[in-house]
Amino acid sequence: MRLQYPSNIKIILIPCTGKVDVLYILRAFEKGADGVYVVGCLEGDCFFNNGNFRARKRVEQAQKILDAIGVGGERAQMYNLSSSEAPRFVQIAIEMDEKIRALGPNPIKAAKQKAA
Amino acid sequence: MIVADKKPIEEIIEEVKNNEKILILGCNECVTVCEAGGKKEVGVLASALRMYFLNQSKEVKIDEITLERQCDHEYLEEIRDVMDQYDAVVSIACGVGVQFMAEKYHSTPIYPGVDTCFLGVTEERGLWTERCQACGHCILASTGGICPIARCAKRVLNGPCGGSAKGKCEIDKEIDCAWQLIIDRLEALDRLDEYEALCPLKDWSTDRAGGPRKVVREDVQQ
Repeated sequence: MRLQYPSNIKIILIPCTGKVDVLYILRAFEKGADGVYVVGCLEGDCFFNNGNFRARKRVEQAQKILDAIGVGGERAQMYNLSSSEAPRFVQIAIEMDEKIRALGPNPIKAAKQKAA
Repeated sequence: MIVADKKPIEEIIEEVKNNEKILILGCNECVTVCEAGGKKEVGVLASALRMYFLNQSKEVKIDEITLERQCDHEYLEEIRDVMDQYDAVVSIACGVGVQFMAEKYHSTPIYPGVDTCFLGVTEERGLWTERCQACGHCILASTGGICPIARCAKRVLNGPCGGSAKGKCEIDKEIDCAWQLIIDRLEALDRLDEYEALCPLKDWSTDRAGGPRKVVREDVQQ
């Protein structure tokens, strides 16, 4: 289909979203990511049964921590779609891009630049 | 194992907000198993604190170390060389570890990063339940291996009490009546006649009633 999605989104491949850890999400923000979203298989379709459910819980944990430290939990999101849903992938990418642009840059990135 | 639960990050921030060099110190034992104070939790807490302080425009150094245990001298000694680099330590071991750290490093503030809860088991991942109150004189031999001290709200020794209904405790319908469990177990062991024997008064001097306790084993002392 060769669909276009926002070019500022960096894709990190993992074998299953069950591999995603709270720490991965936090480290991404610590390194300056403005937003992080995890895209897992449709609920009920996980090859490993519950990898995507685990990922959702970890994203929720990360959201709580990000809220508590003033970065904003809404910068981390979880989405589910199947591998054949390219238009939906693009739609999510655009949605996330717009959401993060509305929130503005990651405050940690600015604080780091100021400190340097 | 000793079961602990994570403290809210806001509470930990409040504890350490006036320090500039902080060590987050984890423990590889019980608190790792109950996912409250192991290496991973050290990483998460350190990352969160680093971002919090950066966001507050405060320059705070936050390092991470996880020791094998925090309840033995030899492991706590491993950090002696680096302790002078820190204003404060957040220990996410159980309360034992926090206190032993405070005893060993007398001039450095040691803050607790977890709430220590009880001696218990992992029933399933994410569910830990109490099994022992460390009363100092085990009576499990006569109660079918189920402890009425830890599992009965009233610590009744000749139960059940009148609050037991359909195998559940009156304080919460989700809590099993310990004495129902004991009777069921004795029945399964074909030892129900032992249930008829009255349990004598328990010597509580080995419990907390006698103040802080100690075990002295001269046979293994050096």
